[in-house]
Amino acid sequence: MNSVLVIAQNTFRENVRDKVLYNLILFALILIISSLLIGQLSLGNEVRIILDLGLASISVFGMLIAVFLGIGLVYKELDKRTVYALLAKPVHRHAFILGKYLGLLLTLLVNVAIMTAGLALALLYHGGASWGALVRLVPAVFMIFLSLAMVTALALLFSTFSTPALSALFTFLLWVAGHFGKDLLRFGEIAQSAVLRWISVGAYYVLPNFSVFTIADSRYITRDATYPLAADPLLVGGAALYCVLYCAVVLSLAVLVFLRRDFK
Amino acid sequence: MPVVEIENLTKDFLVGFWRKRPARALDGLSLQVRRGEIFGFLGPNGAGKSTTIKLLMHLLRPTSGQARILGAPVDSVAMHGKIGYLPENPYFYDYLTPEELLRYVGRLFGCRRPELGRKVDALLETVGLAEARSTQLRKFSKGMVQRIGIAQALVNDPEVVFLDEPMSGLDPLGRMEVRRIIASLKARGVTVFFSSHILPDVEALCDRVAILNRGRLQEVGALEEILKVRIEGHEILLSGAIADAAGAIGVLCDEVRAMGDRLRVRAGSQAQMEAVLSKVFDLGLELISVNPIRPSLEDYFFQEVRAGARPPAAGFPGGKGVAS
Repeated sequence: MNSVLVIAQNTFRENVRDKVLYNLILFALILIISSLLIGQLSLGNEVRIILDLGLASISVFGMLIAVFLGIGLVYKELDKRTVYALLAKPVHRHAFILGKYLGLLLTLLVNVAIMTAGLALALLYHGGASWGALVRLVPAVFMIFLSLAMVTALALLFSTFSTPALSALFTFLLWVAGHFGKDLLRFGEIAQSAVLRWISVGAYYVLPNFSVFTIADSRYITRDATYPLAADPLLVGGAALYCVLYCAVVLSLAVLVFLRRDFK
Repeated sequence: MPVVEIENLTKDFLVGFWRKRPARALDGLSLQVRRGEIFGFLGPNGAGKSTTIKLLMHLLRPTSGQARILGAPVDSVAMHGKIGYLPENPYFYDYLTPEELLRYVGRLFGCRRPELGRKVDALLETVGLAEARSTQLRKFSKGMVQRIGIAQALVNDPEVVFLDEPMSGLDPLGRMEVRRIIASLKARGVTVFFSSHILPDVEALCDRVAILNRGRLQEVGALEEILKVRIEGHEILLSGAIADAAGAIGVLCDEVRAMGDRLRVRAGSQAQMEAVLSKVFDLGLELISVNPIRPSLEDYFFQEVRAGARPPAAGFPGGKGVAS
């Protein structure tokens, strides 16, 4: 356990010293702040615009950070051969994978917190959002963080056996596909062929299902009457459980790939 | 009990894109390293030296055979806490400073402050990087990276150290430093296993050597045994009025050559040497040195490697090329 934490801490330090990260955060913050201006274009819906644009920024830039840092997590260590000296130390290979993952998760947590603080400040500056809305921002952002944890796990899995470009492509495609989980299931239900039905149901369970994290929406935060989702702790808890289980499976696969590797 | 035991260790790499076929990088290697000795692992590029060390570090899995370090199998994580390893052409996290890297590695070994701080200070001093302790590794020269590589291999006060080409990339001064560090490790009772193709370093340091070529062990033993040391004559260096003396000396020995203001004389036998030396003072020359001539490891190396050469096999990814 000691080595997992030591590696996680070093991975966090590596990310913090990476300039790409700052560019991404800066861009996200600029976008969040500019939502104040864009909101003025709408009539009476400023808070919704600020929230939707802000949450989308956190989600998309979080995803970019997760993908760009995640795909390099293991690949960079292999490519630069820093892993040789590391694995000759008393470090289990699974501890290496887990440490790298936790390090990036910590980086994402800090980044998401910074972007959320930016969004909260924008809302406070506008003054149209209630304190309740600010409180409800927390579970919404937490759900985004859970989806990023899954993206990171997938990026890390690909980076154990693939090049950064392909890993980025695979992860991004899964991120997109993962938003259509329910449609896939519906497609299976109406499909005539039994084979198609099995394939779509199988894909539904194998692909990451990002639709379970959809409370990250302004209608939930502003308590819009037309929005069906209540602030249900069970919903958040269930999503968290799904995220933990899915990440555990993906990380186990990454460990299996890594255990079988020869470091030539 | 031997510190390192290698039994019939074999490693095949799969090569080819469509039809993968095995290429043998290491072929039935068996050897033992005794406690407290400096063991040299010699061979040309692609001989299987790095492959062997990576198999010992459990970075590669053997095709067959086995190895034990300090009595434990190579996949024992606890055993890895008692050894040190410097990879070939090492590269470390370039966003860290030497101090941060050593602290990181030390913590992986379970070292805690303040002991870790003392150890890091001492190691930086040993490898001559105390002044560069706060410089990021990305600004380091190759020689400095090699030094920090040696330091990170010693953080845990290892019982055995595996150094893969520790002298590569170092200038003569750096090589002297590394020689000194390796010698001091032996003085502390540490077993050192190092691979190299820089023969003078091996000659100067090693108690025993193993010579590897194309994945096969050619010979293992004490350097004197392998070289079958015999003196092939003496080299005498003279100075003074060499232009006049060259003719008179030339008739007494095998070879005379003027080198600047010096005369280099090669005496093939004891009698020749005595005859030359008896003339030196009569001719008004000054004697600078008399050295025995014996075959160097380099001479031996080329003879053996050439004799052991087989028709070239397909290259394998673990090696850096196929020796000719």
